[in-house]
Amino acid sequence: MNIKCKRIVSGKAWGKLLLVREPINFLGMVNSSTGDLSYEHGSNAKQNLKGTILIFPNSSGSSVGAYTIFALKKNNVSPNGMICTNIVDITTASGCAISNIPLASIGKKELEKVTSFYESLTFKQQTLITLDTKKEIIKLS
Amino acid sequence: MEGKIILYYNLVSKLMLLTHEEEKGLSGEYGEAIASAYRILVAIGEATDADKLIPIQWAHVSGVNYNTIGDSGLEFLRQISLEGKTKVRTTINPMGFDRENLPDLPPEFIAKQIQIAQSYEKIGTIPTFSCIPYEIMSLPIGGTQVSFAESNAAVLANSHLDLVTNKESALSALASALTGKSPYSELRIEENRTPQLEIKNELVLKDELDYGLLGYFTGKNAKKNCAGLCNVSERLDMLELKSLSAGIGTSGSCGMFRVGDRSTAVERIDFGEKEMKNTYDELSTADDGEIITFGSPQLGMNELNKIQTLMDGKKFSKPCKIFCPRTVYCRGEKLGITKSLERSGASFVCDACTCLTPLICKKDYDSIITNSVKASYYMKTSNKVSVKLSSLKSIVDNYTQ
Repeated sequence: MNIKCKRIVSGKAWGKLLLVREPINFLGMVNSSTGDLSYEHGSNAKQNLKGTILIFPNSSGSSVGAYTIFALKKNNVSPNGMICTNIVDITTASGCAISNIPLASIGKKELEKVTSFYESLTFKQQTLITLDTKKEIIKLS
Repeated sequence: MEGKIILYYNLVSKLMLLTHEEEKGLSGEYGEAIASAYRILVAIGEATDADKLIPIQWAHVSGVNYNTIGDSGLEFLRQISLEGKTKVRTTINPMGFDRENLPDLPPEFIAKQIQIAQSYEKIGTIPTFSCIPYEIMSLPIGGTQVSFAESNAAVLANSHLDLVTNKESALSALASALTGKSPYSELRIEENRTPQLEIKNELVLKDELDYGLLGYFTGKNAKKNCAGLCNVSERLDMLELKSLSAGIGTSGSCGMFRVGDRSTAVERIDFGEKEMKNTYDELSTADDGEIITFGSPQLGMNELNKIQTLMDGKKFSKPCKIFCPRTVYCRGEKLGITKSLERSGASFVCDACTCLTPLICKKDYDSIITNSVKASYYMKTSNKVSVKLSSLKSIVDNYTQ
């Protein structure tokens, strides 16, 4: 299934689908050495950003978070691609731009399609998807 | 070839147009620093529905203080400085301390801060280390497009200096410095410079602190672009203007205000006793402080003069730090103002600013006294130091002998 997206940073990437439903504060919630993502409310679900196509609403918190995205890339633990589902904030846009990580945005309808696809999966951690922001499409296999 | 246009086809919204030169820059033909800068501009342009990039004449870059950008920022700037060069006049924000009067800070902090300063120097920026570039540089003619990352400077430039800028980030202003371009969106478009929201002031605003609190309240409520201020004097002095602009810039993404009654605003919010008190209570978190700090934004000549006049030979009863740009300090020195204030017990710090400086930290101070809402916000959220907010005049009235 192909889904339309809007290009923010051009490029093509594939990786494990990681769907995060709350805004990410890159400065506070992400370990830039390991790529581990921890939640402010203390959820134990361990998630790692390395090699993923990260789908999330937007970044929150300090715009210095852009440099955290850069550090993730430098340390080889960054997502391969990112997709914002709410707004494309300046932190994510500039962070992906300096790190050369393809970035796209999608609207509500597209997010619903991604969510129902995700819910239908048996092995949620293992699903690979492709983000091609040059052609402005997301390929869900 | 500048005229040749390449179309960026976009399925969802408008078309973003890049010139042939811009396209070459984006593709890496002029090196990775320029490519990185264009990626930033195009990403922000796409995110803000810009249809093109336009030339800017002056960039003011933030992200200079090691306290704010950390090791990742330092590494990014080192990499950019290998080949990046500024294309337009570029001034830079304060760093962590005074270069000519090294403080007692960890050697690692000092070394890393100096590396950052050197990267900026290599890129070709003017070493202003100031958040009030509008008071120390000659100003371009009205209507000129600039790219200011420091929020008080962006708000003041749009609202008072007749310059045009978005409220840029450290990275978007740096990208503008390296390319001389910025996305044509938001406040760069004339129709977005009309208030959609108006704050109706119901109070007599008596000093710069009141204007700072009004600004903070305005920024918090006006989510975007331009806010209208109703029942506010059109003749504010520089101290009041800076305090108002810094307040607006600190609490939200609003990048401009217009004073006066407008009929265009679709939403109105009152600013009365209750709103003023709530804003003050949010920002003023202590009953007293161990040190007085002036300068966030840094002080200009007007303010140094004003403090000297108010002091009138008296002495501060607590230690007092004054943060100002080096150029202001040098002028004040020639006029004898700095000496006079030093005799009153004040000490000067150039190149840095109250907010986010490692010179005011929890280890040394539990609380400070200041007239700056911006300093108060950052002291609370980043430095974890409490603040007693008081106007300049009442600080002089209450803390001198």
